[in-house]
Amino acid sequence: MRYLVVLILTLLTSSAAAQNWEDRRVFNPEGRTSLRIISSTDTAFFAPLIDAFVATEPDVSVEYLVTGTTDLDQRFRDAPQSFDIAISSAMDLQLKLTNDGYALRLDGIAHPAWAQWRQSLFAFTSEPAVIVLNREAFEGRPIPRSRQALIEALRARPEVFRGRVGTYDVRQSGLGYLFATQDSRASETFWRLMEVIGSLNAQLYCCSGEMISDLTEGRIVVAYNVLGSYAAARAKYQDHIEIVMPSDFPTTMMRTALVSRRTKSPEAARRFLAHLVAYQSTETEDAPALPPLEGSEKGAIRGTIALEPALMTYLDTLKRARFLAEWENALIQK
Amino acid sequence: MNNARVSGSLRNRLVLTLLGGAALLALLLVLAVRSHAIQVAQEGQDNILLASATSILDSAAIRDGSVQVDIPYAAFSMLSTPADDRLFYAVFQDGQFLSGYAGLELAQAGGDLGPEFRAGHLQGAPVRIIEASRTIIGTEGRRDIQLLLAQTQDALSETLDRISRDAALFGGGFFLLAALLSLAATKATIGPLSRLTASVTRRGPQDLRPFQSAVPREMAPLVTSLNSLMGRLNQTLSQSEDFIAEAAHRVRTPLATVRSRAEATLQRVEKEENREAVRAMIKAIDESSRAAGQLLDHAMITFRADHLERNEIDLAVLVRELTERLAPIADMRDLSLHVKGDPRVQMTGDQILLQNALRNLIDNAMKYGPAESVIEITVTAAPHPQVTIRDHGPGFPADEIETLTSRFKRGRNAAHTIGSGLGLTIALDVATAHGGAIALHNHPEGGACVTLSF
Repeated sequence: MRYLVVLILTLLTSSAAAQNWEDRRVFNPEGRTSLRIISSTDTAFFAPLIDAFVATEPDVSVEYLVTGTTDLDQRFRDAPQSFDIAISSAMDLQLKLTNDGYALRLDGIAHPAWAQWRQSLFAFTSEPAVIVLNREAFEGRPIPRSRQALIEALRARPEVFRGRVGTYDVRQSGLGYLFATQDSRASETFWRLMEVIGSLNAQLYCCSGEMISDLTEGRIVVAYNVLGSYAAARAKYQDHIEIVMPSDFPTTMMRTALVSRRTKSPEAARRFLAHLVAYQSTETEDAPALPPLEGSEKGAIRGTIALEPALMTYLDTLKRARFLAEWENALIQK
Repeated sequence: MNNARVSGSLRNRLVLTLLGGAALLALLLVLAVRSHAIQVAQEGQDNILLASATSILDSAAIRDGSVQVDIPYAAFSMLSTPADDRLFYAVFQDGQFLSGYAGLELAQAGGDLGPEFRAGHLQGAPVRIIEASRTIIGTEGRRDIQLLLAQTQDALSETLDRISRDAALFGGGFFLLAALLSLAATKATIGPLSRLTASVTRRGPQDLRPFQSAVPREMAPLVTSLNSLMGRLNQTLSQSEDFIAEAAHRVRTPLATVRSRAEATLQRVEKEENREAVRAMIKAIDESSRAAGQLLDHAMITFRADHLERNEIDLAVLVRELTERLAPIADMRDLSLHVKGDPRVQMTGDQILLQNALRNLIDNAMKYGPAESVIEITVTAAPHPQVTIRDHGPGFPADEIETLTSRFKRGRNAAHTIGSGLGLTIALDVATAHGGAIALHNHPEGGACVTLSF
């Protein structure tokens, strides 16, 4: 394994087209058919799933590339022929890719209507955005269970929280932007919270992972709108970490996957997606794993962001510019 | 009898016309429903596109000197369809691209456009496009904001497929129902015609009464013509009957007169060669008289056979009365008539016809029986009323027994005997009219034997 990592690192650095991936791993390199997956999900979450896939499909080798959601969207649009599958947590970007005709229609994958779009974009997880707290900062005080309670807690002791509250930099993170826009649709509380966080000189992050690392290491004590799945994976081993599902209104994201319309191995890609969908609907004890898709045939659980063309609203350049201006206005106070 | 010349079928013509009409109607129905459905479905999509476009344009405003379009979340949300239709849009300010899909181009030039719909193709898919605009007035003056909004038509075509399928099913059902109805209608229409045909066929050949049962108005002229035709036929036939009765009278009476004159002349003529000539004359007169009588008998039987008068009669009495009447003629030929058998033989039948038949048979027997011989007439009641007449003549030629009863046919050995050949035919007709039969055979001890049974 170490040998393989070294090999990959050598390949990466030596390659002229070497791109800066957050992570890159090849599963079953002996496979004759290769699938190139570009994903925003950490390899650790996907490895069991891919291992299970290559175990049943020894002919297929899977190259798993990890990058941020915005970067993923950009790279995929620039070269749709070089990727077979795109997996991202930014539902809006994925939906727009599908709407713009980048996704291949896959027949024969039975999935509820609310969890797929055009039989091309398939949702396979339900992951709420959560507030992650360091319990030590709330010693002797109640843990805030809602956004409103968080606002009050932050206002009450600005000296404790100044510089120690983190959230997504929505300008960089596609997922952060999705969460922020959906929060802003749900309630004005979001903007008040942003103003409070802004006034406390917020730390801005590109990704959930870093934010949680800083939290576990004590650099920040509050992280807002973190991916629940990542936080839960870390909290297992950290007693001082408290994960709060905001009780006022939940925002739940569904991770989605699509097959590139210009894939060279459509059949293998279709099988991978079928495997992905099936794998996510069966209980597994392997950790860390992705949370399953939650909901019934009738619909997703409450607070789930709907997979519909309206997701493209906030991707409109004018709308985005306006939202970002407002966001910067609230969060970055001079 | 001639078979009617057949040209097509009224039933087929009616069924085909009705079915063709039903098929045409069903097709028109399907097409009408489909085109209406297309229109309604398209109007539905257009209405949503218009509402969406209106709400987007409504969100346009001038802020800090620049145009802002704050697309409402609902504007795209309302365009969600079950088929997950794709959607494309572009916002323009005074014709200059502002936001959305850069490749889209306005079809209309100019600033202020009313909402206009058109069909088009984007990324290889058929789309419905709306173009609309809104004018906003800011401090810098007037700005025209144009919007192009396009949506694919997957859901629409799914709906249309469904409607087309339903319409086709509906049309098929309609056609099936119409077909059943047209078959029933044809049956009902042809029915009276078939009933009339059956009632004509059922009638006996001499039944010339007019048809009384009610028929549809359209058939009334046919029945009227038929009735009038039969009326004329009936009249002609009764005239013929009258004519025959008249002729019988007119022919027999002068012949009888001529015969008595000839006999009177025979008394006075002394010369043997002259007497011989007169005798030949009398013989010829007899032959003519007999032939006329037989012809008239036969004609009468032909007419009477079809409306037989059925009365209770005693065949034995009838035979005895007949032999009493024929006795003088038999005496003249030195023949004797012997009647044997049951004293009473009851049966139903036409007395005149039976008399005719028996008289002809006895006449025949007297004709072929040699002088000084006996003609035996046996009447029996069981198992059927039956009369057997036997002479002691030469008998029937064995090879002709089957064909003898045809009209005007005489036995080969009858060359020297007076007769028209009608006797057996008359007897056969009468027997047939009474549901009976006639049997010819030669008696083992010689002589012809005719059995008339009923």
